[in-house]
Amino acid sequence: MHSDHNEPNKGLGLHTRRLIAYIVLVVISFFCLFWFYVLFINATRSNGELQSGFTAIPSGNLVKNWTNLVHGTLPVWNGLFNSLLISALSAVLCVYFSTMTAYAIHAYDFAMKRFIYPFILMIMMIPTQVTALGFIKLVSNMKLEDSFIPLIVPAVAAPVTFFYMKQYMESSLPLSLIEAARIDGSGEFHTFNMIVLPLMKPAIAVQAIFTFVSNWNNYFTPALILHEDKKKTLPILIAQLRAADWLKFDMGQVYVMIAFSIFPVIIVYLILSRYIVQGVALGSVKG
Amino acid sequence: MKKKSKAVRYNKWGYIFLLPFIIVYVVFQLIPMFTTIYNSFFENYMSGLKQIGPNFVGLKNYGTLFSQGDIWVYTKNTLVLWIMCFVPQIILSLLLGAWFSDTRLRLKGQRFFKTVIYLPNLIMASAFSMLFFTLFSDGGPINSLLIQIGFISEPYKFLSNTGSARGLIAIMNCLMWFGNTTILLMAGMMGIDTSLFEASEVDGATSTQVFFKITLPLLRPILIYVMITSLIGGLQLFDVPQILTNGTGDPMRTTMTLIMFLNKHLFSKNYGMAGALSVLLFIITAVLSLIIFKVTGNDKRKG
Amino acid sequence: MKKKLVSILLATAMVVTMAGCGGGNAEPAAEAPAAETPAAEEAPAAEEAPAAEEAPAADDAAEAAPAGDEGKVLNIYCWNEEFKSRITDHYPDYTEVDATSGTIGDVSVKWNITPNADNAYQNNLDETLLKQADAAADDKIDLFLIEADYALKYVDSEYTMPIADLGITDADLSKQYQYTKDVVTDSNGVLKGLSWQGCPGVLFYNREAAKEVFGTDDPAEIQNYVKDWDTFNATATTLKDAGYSIMSSVNDSYRVYSNNVSKKWVNDNMITIDDNIMKWVDDSKTLVDAGATGTHDLWSDDWSKGFYPEGKVFAYFGPAWLVNFSMAADTEGSIGNQGGWGATEGPQGFFWGGTWICAATGTDNAGIVKDIMLKMTTDDTIMKDIVVADDDFVNNSTVMDAMAQDSSYSSKILGGQNPLGMYANGVSALDLSNLSSYDQGCNEEFQHAMKNYFEGTATKEEALDLFYKAVVEKYPELSY
Repeated sequence: MHSDHNEPNKGLGLHTRRLIAYIVLVVISFFCLFWFYVLFINATRSNGELQSGFTAIPSGNLVKNWTNLVHGTLPVWNGLFNSLLISALSAVLCVYFSTMTAYAIHAYDFAMKRFIYPFILMIMMIPTQVTALGFIKLVSNMKLEDSFIPLIVPAVAAPVTFFYMKQYMESSLPLSLIEAARIDGSGEFHTFNMIVLPLMKPAIAVQAIFTFVSNWNNYFTPALILHEDKKKTLPILIAQLRAADWLKFDMGQVYVMIAFSIFPVIIVYLILSRYIVQGVALGSVKG
Repeated sequence: MKKKSKAVRYNKWGYIFLLPFIIVYVVFQLIPMFTTIYNSFFENYMSGLKQIGPNFVGLKNYGTLFSQGDIWVYTKNTLVLWIMCFVPQIILSLLLGAWFSDTRLRLKGQRFFKTVIYLPNLIMASAFSMLFFTLFSDGGPINSLLIQIGFISEPYKFLSNTGSARGLIAIMNCLMWFGNTTILLMAGMMGIDTSLFEASEVDGATSTQVFFKITLPLLRPILIYVMITSLIGGLQLFDVPQILTNGTGDPMRTTMTLIMFLNKHLFSKNYGMAGALSVLLFIITAVLSLIIFKVTGNDKRKG
Repeated sequence: MKKKLVSILLATAMVVTMAGCGGGNAEPAAEAPAAETPAAEEAPAAEEAPAAEEAPAADDAAEAAPAGDEGKVLNIYCWNEEFKSRITDHYPDYTEVDATSGTIGDVSVKWNITPNADNAYQNNLDETLLKQADAAADDKIDLFLIEADYALKYVDSEYTMPIADLGITDADLSKQYQYTKDVVTDSNGVLKGLSWQGCPGVLFYNREAAKEVFGTDDPAEIQNYVKDWDTFNATATTLKDAGYSIMSSVNDSYRVYSNNVSKKWVNDNMITIDDNIMKWVDDSKTLVDAGATGTHDLWSDDWSKGFYPEGKVFAYFGPAWLVNFSMAADTEGSIGNQGGWGATEGPQGFFWGGTWICAATGTDNAGIVKDIMLKMTTDDTIMKDIVVADDDFVNNSTVMDAMAQDSSYSSKILGGQNPLGMYANGVSALDLSNLSSYDQGCNEEFQHAMKNYFEGTATKEEALDLFYKAVVEKYPELSY
């Protein structure tokens, strides 16, 4: 549907191009927002109503579903807190140290560099599925079950984020700037924190969002590590809700919980996306 | 002499800055990774609660993979699905990127559009697919609609036909990820010196020229990133087809990707076969990535 | 994108859960009492030799409060809150502390709840059981729950304790339905688990449709139309001509066939397909080709359409809990809401669902484990309470027989019918001596593979090849 609106060319007038752009954007926005509407509709319906198939009109069970959920045995608020904590810390650690690693490769010239850079790129290509199981074994050997550490600390070594930071520096972090800082007497660590990090804001915001979201929605690893109800994250609680015994099984509650767990991540996204969607470049030193 | 020692003093910081990454990496990922490769030469799985192996079997696991012959079918499925997802995704992302960065177009509501495109990624894939199931079920709204407008007379089984099953996977994947790609590109564009755009505007360059002559070349590192990670992600395509087909790769495994196949071996914790498959996948990925690097790297020198 | 992948394995989870919510973790609802429930204990045991009667001693021991040599922590592994709420509500000595802990006397109880989505429950349980021998006493698993589909995986291992070793005798278990013992009897005939529930299944039919097509909705009359598979299939054609599907999906009848096999899925590491299962394939293909039923997955939207009159489905195979759990009786306009279902025995007996309690070898709380097992699965008063409070169909013929005598007990959803007798009838004829520890994988993969054949995307041979291939992927030690 998109290929027929290819790159605007000289032949088209500005107005036509603008019109095409608006039409495409509106269509895309519809397809992006539609799912939230369906989620909302489903959250307002009872289990029985959900079973009878899809409708476009909301029903009246939103409050009932919500009350059932929060008065149930699942610690929803703990889950929210845990998810926030894990995702936020992972995101912070991930972007900070990935930027630092990328900076090490980008700005310095040392003997090991020729070996380390390709090595990090290489490990990026290893399928995660297999190491995941070895990882679980490792965690249990380290007696770190029911702990947030194995869910947060590994974020420090994120090859994909590193690679992005490295590429971003290549396009927007002139080495001359660092030289200038050195001449001004700025220490290396200081330069990184005070000059490099601010320049990387858009990239940091992007990767922070991605890391936050992927941790927020992560089920597999946390499910194998966290067993105490109060330590569980929202996706585990959702899975538990869906695995409920028949007396308690209620898809209405499941949808309310899904909706509930999407809210915080939308807010985080809106906050961070400020740095990306703003029309103007951020206070960087250009040229 | 003095200058050199100074450079060395600085370069020591390279190691210091690398340290956290390396330590965490070695502890949490390197060991599992080496075990993966090591395991690929062993027979090593669980039969119920009984551990079988590890017995050294040399290259037998690799032999089994190739002799079954399915591996190439799954490779083909994976590449087909990747192309079906990636091509529309990258076109859409570049198009949106171009529009958003086009100063002359002056689109209103940019903030809204830029925000909205990433939203589908916030929904858990599992929740997303629940919605897809509902919409595309035999008695679902899509089928009712198609029947009502007289397009079809019988409900169409979307997930039981290779074409439509692959199509649905591609659409869902594309919807979930095009926002990601666009954001990456936009962030890259944010880094471009705006004075370049202004200068070109003064020089009377058309939007198309600006895009191809200024934006794209400056975006090259980010584009390489997008292509490489998308290739890696594409070769490791898993969640959407896994969930949409309930892990079966139906119809007749025409939507079974390499990682879905790998996942099958993880049921019995078959580290041997899974390890061999990972190594193979790793080689394929590395070769393809190298090609991309080579192609784009040469470009750079010429430019 | 790759980083995302880590988070992605997880994703498998949810859909699997969809199936899971019915496939295994759902349990029985005690619905209605029947009249003449033949107690299961009367059915000859499949493998188990009835042991000597030496009950009294065991009973005494059970009455005793946890002895002094008990460990301090009782670790219970399970995948949802069902058992926890049964214990909380019905086990006399249990005091709840918070959502995942409680106390029994001086012993604290720790609930380790891992959802079964994405096989997480079994992965976690396996990992812990394998380390059981080396674990500190307070970290050892004492009690864990399993489901029928994979019961033998645990039962046929040294990680599960024989019930007799706990001091529980066959006499204690005399009121339990035999099939519930067969499921957790290992290959040497040793009983290694107990259940408080029974999940015998029957055929639920749409009364309106029955009146319309057959002119009657009397269970005994309808039984004549579905009394064996040949009649059942002939009836399907009649129903098809009247605009009804006899079942929502071919997957509805799968477990009815697969519960009545004469061979195990795996013999000497060879995969074999039982004749009755092949009969399911052939019967189902005929029905699908004739348009008499669908190929939907259980629990899908398309599958549950038949709970409403517009769905035009004649019948569902199910245990008592299906009525309460799935039939949307509280929703306006559903068949169940109007009391529009009837129950009849159908072609063959079967069971569906249920949860079994196992004691882990090495438990340091054998006394409490024994007491929990006895109280929850054999105590008439407690089990009666469970029926009343939770609507479970309990694994206690005395209690269920008493319910059956209760003439005030009838099911509104079933139009006032009292189906309890039927449930036990079917299940008493069940011979579950042909279970294997590979059942979970084989049953799943078989239905998946055959769907391709039914829908015409593969020939029977191709579908069978796919099945063999998929099973060997899951169980590398097998061949075909």
